[in-house]
Amino acid sequence: MAKHTLSVLVENKPGILARVAGLFARRGFNIDSLAVGETEHPEVSRMTIVVNADESPLEQVTKQLNKLVQVLKIVELDTTASVQRELLLVKVRAERPVRSQVLETVSLFRARVVDVAADALTIEATGTSEKLDALLRDLEPFGIKEMVQSGVVAIGRGSRSITTGPALRAAS
Amino acid sequence: MTRPTPEVLAHRAHPTPPAADKKPAPTTQAELLTGAQVLVRSLEALGADVVFGIPGGAILPAYDPLFDSENVRHILVRHEQGAGHAATGYAQATGKVGVCMATSGPGATNLVTPIADAYMDSVAMVAITGQVASASIGTDAFQEADIAGITLPITKHNYLVKSGEELPRVLAEAFHLASTGRPGPVLVDIPKDVLQKQTTFKWPPVLELPGYHPTLHPHGKQIREAARLIAGAKRPVLYVGGGVIKAHASEVLLKLAELTGAPVVTTLMARGAFPDSHPQHMGMPGMHGTVGAVYALQKSDLLIALGARFDDRVTGELSTFAPNAQIIHADIDPAEIGKNRTADVPIVGDAKHVIEELIAAVTAEHAAGHRPTLKDWWATLDDIRGRYPLGYEEPADGTLSPQYVIERIGKIVGPDAIYTAGVGQHQMWAAQFIQYEHPATWLNSGGLGTMGYAVPAAMGAKVGRPDATVWAIDGDGCFQMTNQELATCALEGIPIKVAVINNGNLGMVRQWQTLFYDQRYSNTELGTHKHRIPDFVKLADALGCVGLRCETKRDVDATIEAAMKVTDQPVVIDFVVGKDAMVWPMVAAGTSNDEIMFARGVRPAFDQDDV
Repeated sequence: MAKHTLSVLVENKPGILARVAGLFARRGFNIDSLAVGETEHPEVSRMTIVVNADESPLEQVTKQLNKLVQVLKIVELDTTASVQRELLLVKVRAERPVRSQVLETVSLFRARVVDVAADALTIEATGTSEKLDALLRDLEPFGIKEMVQSGVVAIGRGSRSITTGPALRAAS
Repeated sequence: MTRPTPEVLAHRAHPTPPAADKKPAPTTQAELLTGAQVLVRSLEALGADVVFGIPGGAILPAYDPLFDSENVRHILVRHEQGAGHAATGYAQATGKVGVCMATSGPGATNLVTPIADAYMDSVAMVAITGQVASASIGTDAFQEADIAGITLPITKHNYLVKSGEELPRVLAEAFHLASTGRPGPVLVDIPKDVLQKQTTFKWPPVLELPGYHPTLHPHGKQIREAARLIAGAKRPVLYVGGGVIKAHASEVLLKLAELTGAPVVTTLMARGAFPDSHPQHMGMPGMHGTVGAVYALQKSDLLIALGARFDDRVTGELSTFAPNAQIIHADIDPAEIGKNRTADVPIVGDAKHVIEELIAAVTAEHAAGHRPTLKDWWATLDDIRGRYPLGYEEPADGTLSPQYVIERIGKIVGPDAIYTAGVGQHQMWAAQFIQYEHPATWLNSGGLGTMGYAVPAAMGAKVGRPDATVWAIDGDGCFQMTNQELATCALEGIPIKVAVINNGNLGMVRQWQTLFYDQRYSNTELGTHKHRIPDFVKLADALGCVGLRCETKRDVDATIEAAMKVTDQPVVIDFVVGKDAMVWPMVAAGTSNDEIMFARGVRPAFDQDDV
């Protein structure tokens, strides 16, 4: 099985998230990650869904997704032809003696400190899953108190846009 | 994107134009009305002439203007499940949208089974439910159920209406979605306050369905490729599904069949799509299909699947289904293509358009001299169907044969009547032993397999086609699930006929216990023989129907004829039949179609017949 990243453009209406998530569950798919937000057209939301699936079941679930009345368009984004990012917030133990070491790791990964406490730092980082995994690995020895990750968001490289086309014009 | 005009919508919902005096004048001026009035006016404008339902607290505001409507007839049923199946029976018999209505909570949840049924069998149905007032939603209020959430996986789409202004658009969208593309049920849940509050009504509404555009016309390249395969096939089979009936494509199917000379099989949902009397018809395929139909599929080199979905009851064990066949798969739903069996030529489109274009393309192939002879194929098929015809043995214990009863009903009542069935042995026998000649004359629960479908579906069919004779072929188990709708039939003047094929048992389950559970008959004896509880004749009488009983072969014809003479009341016939009759042929669940049993212990020798 391989990871696939789907960009799903949907009408920005109540209940659509439940419809999409329910469909994946019903057809026996585990969603690795899901992120939703508005697009440049306020009537259109964009979901980025990462699933682990073989080619043919993925085709079936994509066709089923397309049958949802509020789904406008589905595009699979190839990892090499798209930019994919996740956001990580992590609270790390950082008492005086080790604080500089923690800050060194932060700067190595081009992450940022967004909150400071006497014995801990909260760090914000964006990147691919691989980069964030590496950062976490390096922070682990200091002691991770708490962490939260967003789903992957992804956009195709180049000047072409997936949010143009007749279906989108009609929605907006 | 192009949006259908209200005229087109009304036409879809109501293909035969309503009488001029009944047609509501299209409103252009905005009017101040209650949400409930808007609901009724919208239903009128959409051509919904019948609604099956039961009132209750949350939907009550809607029933007040409904009381005054001259165009919408409300039929008060005895259980919401009856309303739902009546709506599907009405829809399947007429080709229009069937409408049912219920209150919130238990009223709505009682519709879940017929909605799931309509979803599996792709029936155009709109379910309207009352919901608790907007402010109470989510508080576990009295009679609150999240019916939109509950029906998410079993509707084509559903709505929770937020305001009266959106009601006309939502209803117009619901009818449009239900009846176009692959038809299916759409639920519209309306909170009580939305029904009560004043709002403006303006017709026609503008539909907002930017993500919905079913493909009706097939791709020319695929059609040409399909025609090329058809012109080259030595053992083609037209595998016809319910989509052909939904697309009103029976006439063009006949042309295509005669043009290609290929054998035709009609699935359980497609019985009647192609005349049973036609020499190219090989019968029904599948678990209880004819040996000829199953054989034709297994030995085929090219399956032309039209509006069919390679259901497990047709394919048997999928990996051994039609192993040497290339597949042309035409369906209006792209998700069906390649779902179970990879298609060599996928065609997305409405069955009627697909068949019309195939006719042109195959004609062109023939003109170019590409016309295969199917002589050898037919010689083999004729030999197989000659040796393994559909049939049954008279019970050795002298009891009445259920197959004989059903066969006689078909013969005496004829192919112009509408037949409905429940689920089980009687359903299979009704599919096998009644000869269907016309589309939309056989209504049954194919996908979901809903016991209790027959009586309410027959009621809906009779309301939609009052001039047709409507027979429900039911089992004694099924009949006890929904027979209360006979009270509705008796009071509303809906004179259907019900043949209860009463073998005193849950017959199909008993058959499986006989074959696969060592004849241990756990909980399948119903007592309708042994104790005559209930007594179906007395029950019929109590429900305002004529009750008849028939226990011997000698009386079968006279009883059917007596029932046919009653035209002003529903009739129930208790046909007391033997309990040991079994449905044959049979492909046991999960096994290969090659393992089909012609009768108990009799397996056709397919291998020697290899072509």
